[in-house]
Amino acid sequence: MRVNLSRNGDFSIRGEWLKVKKITVDDILIPKLTFATGNEAIVYGALLANCRFFAGYPITPATEILEGMAKYLPLLDDGICLQMEDELSSIAAVIGASWNNFRTMTATSGPGFSLMQENIGYACMTETPCVIVNVQRSGPSTGQPTLPAQGDVMQSRWGTHGDHYVIVLYPNDVQESLSLTIRAFNLADKYRVPVILLSDATIAHTREKLIIPNQKEVEIIPRVPVTIDVSKYHPFRTGFVRPTKVPEMDRFGDEYHTYLTGLTHNWKAYPTPNDQEVHEKLVKRFYEKIRDNRDDIITYEEKYTKDAEIIVVSYGIPSRSALVAVENARQKGHKVGYLRLITIWPFPHKKIYNLSLDIKKFLVVEMNLGQIFHKVNEYSRGNCEVEGFFKIGGKIPTPQEIFKMIKKR
Amino acid sequence: MTSTIEYLRNNYLRNDLLPSIFCPGCGNGQIINYVLHAIDELKIPKNNIVLVSGIGCSSRIPAYFDTDGIHTTHGRAIAFATGIKTTNPKLDVIVFTGDGDLAAIGLNHFLQAIRRNIDITVICINNENFGMTGGQASPTTPMGSFTATTPYQSIEHSFNLAFLAKTAGAPYVARWTTAHSREAINSIKKGLKKKGFSFIEMLSPCPVSGKRFKSSHEYINYYLNNSIKYSDKFRDETSSHLFSSLEECFITDHEGKIIIGEIVDIDKPDFHVLYKKLKEAAKNEFWKSRQ
Repeated sequence: MRVNLSRNGDFSIRGEWLKVKKITVDDILIPKLTFATGNEAIVYGALLANCRFFAGYPITPATEILEGMAKYLPLLDDGICLQMEDELSSIAAVIGASWNNFRTMTATSGPGFSLMQENIGYACMTETPCVIVNVQRSGPSTGQPTLPAQGDVMQSRWGTHGDHYVIVLYPNDVQESLSLTIRAFNLADKYRVPVILLSDATIAHTREKLIIPNQKEVEIIPRVPVTIDVSKYHPFRTGFVRPTKVPEMDRFGDEYHTYLTGLTHNWKAYPTPNDQEVHEKLVKRFYEKIRDNRDDIITYEEKYTKDAEIIVVSYGIPSRSALVAVENARQKGHKVGYLRLITIWPFPHKKIYNLSLDIKKFLVVEMNLGQIFHKVNEYSRGNCEVEGFFKIGGKIPTPQEIFKMIKKR
Repeated sequence: MTSTIEYLRNNYLRNDLLPSIFCPGCGNGQIINYVLHAIDELKIPKNNIVLVSGIGCSSRIPAYFDTDGIHTTHGRAIAFATGIKTTNPKLDVIVFTGDGDLAAIGLNHFLQAIRRNIDITVICINNENFGMTGGQASPTTPMGSFTATTPYQSIEHSFNLAFLAKTAGAPYVARWTTAHSREAINSIKKGLKKKGFSFIEMLSPCPVSGKRFKSSHEYINYYLNNSIKYSDKFRDETSSHLFSSLEECFITDHEGKIIIGEIVDIDKPDFHVLYKKLKEAAKNEFWKSRQ
């Protein structure tokens, strides 16, 4: 069947026209064991997490996410996918749509992520939940578009100007790309904060085993609806009906009449750009709403650390080499442990500090010139040695190279 | 029937935020007045209105309305509005923007939203300079003007935004000045009712930063005495090359006169109507492939 669109916008449809029945996510994905790429898994995860608005712009190596969303979202009753004119407008549309009570996402890579920074700050300031996928490639600038890197780890935390807090997650395989996408939406809605899901060119394009769950099995933590009466409601009023630093979020088109601004605003959402006290209170609350809930947000994977003398710290794609190297070294009698960060920001500083007390050395393996290395150094507070193994240029550190570093001591 | 200004103010504005931040002689207050009249005469429910704006003097307007409003980043108002309108087409989305916000940093979003024909109403308050930062040259500053950033005069051609919108294919375009109150209200009403992208350019005085004239009444006199109405008749009378396609983008004045009037009013299917049809066709294809 082909759909022909005439110049005045009328459809003429050749072929048989069936009675159009509602399509569910399970109809599209069909829960099964299959092979998929990391980018496909992110698309599936977003659909399962009830993401119904996507706006993006093609960029290697993230394009397949836009393509997948363009294929599947129009099939769902409330689904909309827009290919925007650039990354600036993609994130803008995503933030706007979020205020219509949509779960929204955009996906990009390095250069596009740089363009999005200003509006990520806007999402922080207006406490708008949204998910931004950054499939990392080598930078700076255009760099190596088709090759993996981890150079955006610090940018994802500090890319936009001013004091702000975001949550950053990073899977290391295809299955986790799906599950962390779902978690990203839940965290975004729970804490009203943009969540950045990092990936890299290798995870994005590796095809491996993926179990697609039934949508019923997927845990969805929805956005808290407004419970405050209209007369007492103010968009940024917190601690009024529930003891939390996350304000209740209304939606456009209701009777609450919310005004949002990127300017410093008081609890009524009125612009107060010259008030030191209001600004300090507002921005400190952005920090506190995340920091007070670190235990809920932070996840990591820890293996063989009990008796370890050296712990290899890694995240994303090099962590898969690291685990092989650690297990090989164990077999050869080296006391080596493995720590993989899944939540990158907020940083698991307590974990690093506690581990640092009993070991001789942290070995930080990264595909940048040392970004998380400095954080590990900071929180081990001189209790142990911190060494880095950094490899850039699009080649993943091999288990042999990491093993050599372990043996070196 | 027109409502009194007291009624409009008490019913639609956030009185606790007034007085506004606008300078004496600014046209923004008048434009708020025109929009209030248009909304009131069309009896649009307050809950249904979302006002979107970028950065600049005109972009501070939504704060004063007791409706949903979103004051976004510089130039991106129309992109935000695209996300809002496409996910809830029932809303009446009005974008307030200025000449710097729309034509300098945000021009691409303006043209792309016209291309998509998103059903929003964009009101551009054109004071021919960057007012909030103190009167720098903008893309609509007339050639030869002296501004803070063109101390030896501007040598760049200026955009005529209404004709730019026409060339890009907007189904409703009008251009007025703050001196044309009833015409402006009627155009805003038409724009709000229009299914598709509607663009209303409002030339507005800026005696504090723009300084083309020292007072607003000089501006008003200039607008009244130096404007010429755009019409088909006018079009026929002028030489054909003057209004053929791209040429039109670069005309600010016609023989020293400001061109005003309703420039485009056509019907064209908007994005939402087409997307709905597309979804039905896609669903149909999906079930056929699963048979």
